[in-house]
Parts: sequence; structure tokens; C-alpha cells
Amino acid sequence: MSLFKEAIKQIPKKPVTIKYPFEPGIIPPGLRGLPIWDMSKCILCVLCQNACPVSAIKMIPKGPDAGIIYDLSRCIFCAECADACPKKAITITNKFELATTSKSELIFHYKKSQ
Amino acid sequence: MRYGTTIKVPFGPQHPALKEPEYFLFEVEGDFVVNVKPRIGYVHRGLEKAFENNTYMHGLYLAERICGICSHAHTVAFTQAVEGLVSLEIPQRAQYIRLIMAELERLHSHSLWVGIVAHEAGFDTMFMYLWRDREMIMDLMEEISGNRVLHAINTIGGVRRDINDEQANKIRKYLDKFEENIKNYIKILETENTFLKRTVGVGILKPSDAIALCAVGPTLRASGIKNDVRKDDPYLVYDEIPFEVITHDGCDVFARTIVRCEEMLESIKIIRYALDHMPKGELKVKAPRTFPPNESIGRVEAPRGELIHYTKSNGTSKPERYKVRSPTLGNLASVCKTLIGAHIADIPIILAGIDPCFSCMDRILIKKRS
Repeated sequence: MSLFKEAIKQIPKKPVTIKYPFEPGIIPPGLRGLPIWDMSKCILCVLCQNACPVSAIKMIPKGPDAGIIYDLSRCIFCAECADACPKKAITITNKFELATTSKSELIFHYKKSQ
Repeated sequence: MRYGTTIKVPFGPQHPALKEPEYFLFEVEGDFVVNVKPRIGYVHRGLEKAFENNTYMHGLYLAERICGICSHAHTVAFTQAVEGLVSLEIPQRAQYIRLIMAELERLHSHSLWVGIVAHEAGFDTMFMYLWRDREMIMDLMEEISGNRVLHAINTIGGVRRDINDEQANKIRKYLDKFEENIKNYIKILETENTFLKRTVGVGILKPSDAIALCAVGPTLRASGIKNDVRKDDPYLVYDEIPFEVITHDGCDVFARTIVRCEEMLESIKIIRYALDHMPKGELKVKAPRTFPPNESIGRVEAPRGELIHYTKSNGTSKPERYKVRSPTLGNLASVCKTLIGAHIADIPIILAGIDPCFSCMDRILIKKRS
């Protein structure tokens, strides 16, 4: 009987679901999304590569390609890299719509400008 | 009535009760089960070896992925085991935050389970309402840690995120609503005939059998035995917090439901007390990267029961041996005993009654010698 009351209570209420792709989704304040490297601060210290549990980050120390290669397809969004960074060069954004149609778009190459 | 012949009925490996692979071979006589043979190992992931090949910090994220529902309990056990290697004391505030997250996780796990049992018993309305309320808890965890399921809030030596006053107030507000709803649902479950007929007297596990077969967690407590790691061997700050260990003498699936429902009310009290008495201070202490040769265990009361992590270090940054014993393995022997004599139609609800998590459990492979 009390479930009946509960059912009546629900009638005037709006649906809890949102029309997500057409409306923006609800993003919690502390969401760990796509990490972004600020190469002007980066000192190529290799700490983010060591901190990453899934080897999604690879650092190239020298040469014209020197910088960070970040593989989004491996990333588990734990934000350990941002915690490990001594220069705070890594920002965790709240971007989460990261699907692409080709795998090459999932690999980001941040080059250290010479 | 005896039929004289038995028929073998295979159950699984595709989803015998919950949506997880496990195989049970039932020998049935007429409509009743006379023998059960479980076969585990379908979702063996080689986790223990993976722990040995990763550093302690990386292993933390591996531990989180042992189970999707009690992910926080696994990291608490992992950190407890690893911090035990060097007797690292973590700050009080970090302990309180770990405890609050653990209890929130218990709320979400138990409400998920009660919903599933209601669903198995054919009471889908209750399933919908409980899962609606569970969403509130998921939102709270998302607010605190940033993620709904894999919180990544623990780290070796403390926690990574704080709970501020605004979040604390939100937790209190949501818990008031959740408590009111759960009390209402307990009343409904205790009086609803459709539910009582499907659960009372089904899956009887006698207290003596429960002890002999090493049942753990709510399954054991529903057989009337007071056993709770939080009380018997307090970890974190459970010794500072007043709470009751809920037991029930019913020994059946109904008793397991009521034990879990009342445990939710108890968890709400624990969270309120912890929020009020949380000291200010540091969130983490610096942990070493390499650990001297030692052995240590982490014992945690996960939502499903006692969870044990064992680690052995050898002076490097990787463990020499890592062992996980999850609560479902403890309950599997008792559920096989419970199933003997049961009706075929009751098999799913009895299997679901222990809150099985088969993929957490699979850590052995039996290889036949050729």
C-alpha cells in the first residue's frame, strides 16, 4: 500500500533522465577527464611517465621530437601524472567526450619547443 | 517422494544468478537438488602475477580493479597491507575519509544487492525504487572522488581528496532522505506477501554449518553469529565509532535481506558520527617507494564480508608475492551446502543470496596433468 503512495507521489515529478547528447550532461566538480600538458612548464623530468600505472605516457628526452607522447586509448584517468608533476605542467580537465573514429587521433604528441 | 534416478542439470557459465560467469552442475531428483558441483575459474585474470610485475603505487590501481562494486574496500585492504610493511601511520583525517567512503560504498553495494534479490523474487517495483535511491549514493561518491565507480581516492600513506563542509552537508542531507526510504522499504519487505513467500525458509544455512564452512559477512551474520572485522579487529578508526553488529536468527534469504537493510541504517549512523567527529589536519604522509623485506596482511570488512590482502616484500619497489582472498570464495562452500535440498526454482535466489562476485573470486586455475 505504501508503494502505491510512492507511485502517486511520482506522477507530478519530472523525469530524472536528461536528453544527454542534445542537452549538456551533468559534470561533477571533481571529474578527472582528459589531461593536458603545458609544454612551456614541462622540464621533461620523466616523473609522469614513471607514475603512470598503464604506461600511457612516454617521454622522448632529446632530438627534434623531444616531448611527451600521451596515449589516450591506454589512459585510466587516475590523475597520478598530475600529482607527480613537480612543475604543475599537467592540468586535469573535465572533458570526457573523447571518442574518435580513428585510433591515431587518440595519440597526442606534445613537443617541447626548441 | 523419491524418484530413484538423478538428472544432471548444468547451470551457467552464462549468468546463473547475477550477470557473471560461473558454472554449477546440479544433480536433481524430481524438483529437488541433491548435489552441487561448482567450477570456478572462468574469469581468472592473472591478477596476482600482475601485482608482482608492478610497483606498489601501480598495484593500487590494479587492486581497485579487482571488483567493480567494492573497489574502495580492495584499495583499503591494499593500502593497509602495504602500509603495514613499514608500520606507516596515516593521518587521522585520512582515516576518517577512507572510512566515510567505505561506508558509502557499503550503502551502495547493499542497496544494489537488496534490489537484485527483490528482482530475483519477482518484486521488480522494489528493485526500481532501491536502485533509484542508490543513485543518490553514487552521486555523493562522484562528488567526493570525481568518479562513480573507480574512486581512486586512496593512496599509500593517506587519501588524495578532502571532504569539505559543503560536501559534508550534502552527504547529511542525502543520508536523511536515504534513511527515511530504507526504513520504509524494510517495513514493506517485512509485510509484503509476494516477497515473504519467495524468501522465508529458503536457503537455510544453520549456524554450525556457517562456521564449519567458513561463511563470512552478512551471510554469516544472518545465521545469528556476531562476526564483523570492523568490531573484532578494528582497522581505520572503527574502534572510536559506536555501532552495532547486526545479526538475525532466520538463517534464510529473508534474514540476509533484513541484515543488509539494517546494516545500511547502521552505516548511515557511522557516516554521520564520522562527519561530526572528523579532525582537521593533513591528508597524507610521504610513503617510501621501496619496502624492506617483510610480510603484512590487510583485513577489511568489505560489503560482502571479510576481505584479506597479503603481501610479501623483498626490498625492491615490487612485491615478491601478493595474495587476495575475496569474500565470495569464503561463501562459496556454504552456498553449495545451502543449495542441497532446495527447489530448482529457488536456485537463482539462493545463489544471489550470498551477494556473489565471481570475478573477484577467481584467482586459481586447476590444471589437469596430462
